[in-house]
Amino acid sequence: MKHANFKSFALAGLVLVCTAAAQADGGARVPLLPKYQQECAACHIAYLPGMLPAASWQHLMGSLQKHYGTDASLDEGSLREIGGWLQTHAGSYKRVSEAPPQDRITKSAWFLRKHNTREVPPEVWQRPAVGSASNCAACHTQAADGRFNERDIKIPR
Amino acid sequence: MNNLTSWARIGILAGMALSPLAQAVTPADQLAAYTTQAGAAAQPARGQQLFTSRHGKDWSCASCHTATPTGDGKHASTGKLIAPLAPAFNPDRFTDIAKSEKWFRRNCNDVLGRECTAGEKADVLSWLLTLKR
Repeated sequence: MKHANFKSFALAGLVLVCTAAAQADGGARVPLLPKYQQECAACHIAYLPGMLPAASWQHLMGSLQKHYGTDASLDEGSLREIGGWLQTHAGSYKRVSEAPPQDRITKSAWFLRKHNTREVPPEVWQRPAVGSASNCAACHTQAADGRFNERDIKIPR
Repeated sequence: MNNLTSWARIGILAGMALSPLAQAVTPADQLAAYTTQAGAAAQPARGQQLFTSRHGKDWSCASCHTATPTGDGKHASTGKLIAPLAPAFNPDRFTDIAKSEKWFRRNCNDVLGRECTAGEKADVLSWLLTLKR
């Protein structure tokens, strides 16, 4: 009896922790702006706006001509529309609130903690199907739709 | 009746005002425009040369689009799939002037460190149009 009670307690706790973790991932789920999808997801997956703080998005949108080694410049109208949307939906959860080095999601404290060497051994990142930490969709099979649930993870061999 | 006519007039005016934004054209139209702008005939072989060579930077056009862009390419840094560029293999290509111009601007900057001339765009597009099924 006692044992069963403990189990349900543990389960409830686990659910709470997972919910909090999902929030830390990308903040509340926001439908993606079609323009964001069209312009930004042409080259990489549509990273959720909640994955970076407002300061990082502002810096990124102000330097698109030199965007991690490529010219990703946009016309004024698109820049305003996408930039405004990112500011509105930027991460504000405490783990996301600090701008990571080079505004890289993959250098964020929450990202590094969730992808520690025990969870993801260093050799996994080197696999041809992964290649880079920015390639979310290599393991997060539903990343293109903004879903990062643990149950959707499938690490390629 | 009068009301209907004025609504129709507004509709036509709105259509005229919006139509330059849509810019739906064919790849042949775009080639003709670039050729006129360049003031010289396009040369497909020169286009292929430009497309497949590096120009003092890390990437060529082929780095992402492959040397024969009739099939899928892959973004050189993110690995994201890039649909075929040759119009015969992807009917969406070169049907929107603003979109073509945006990608020429960005990608020529990545590959050549400058914008491409109208002549260079005409050469590349004329070569892409030689790639048939």
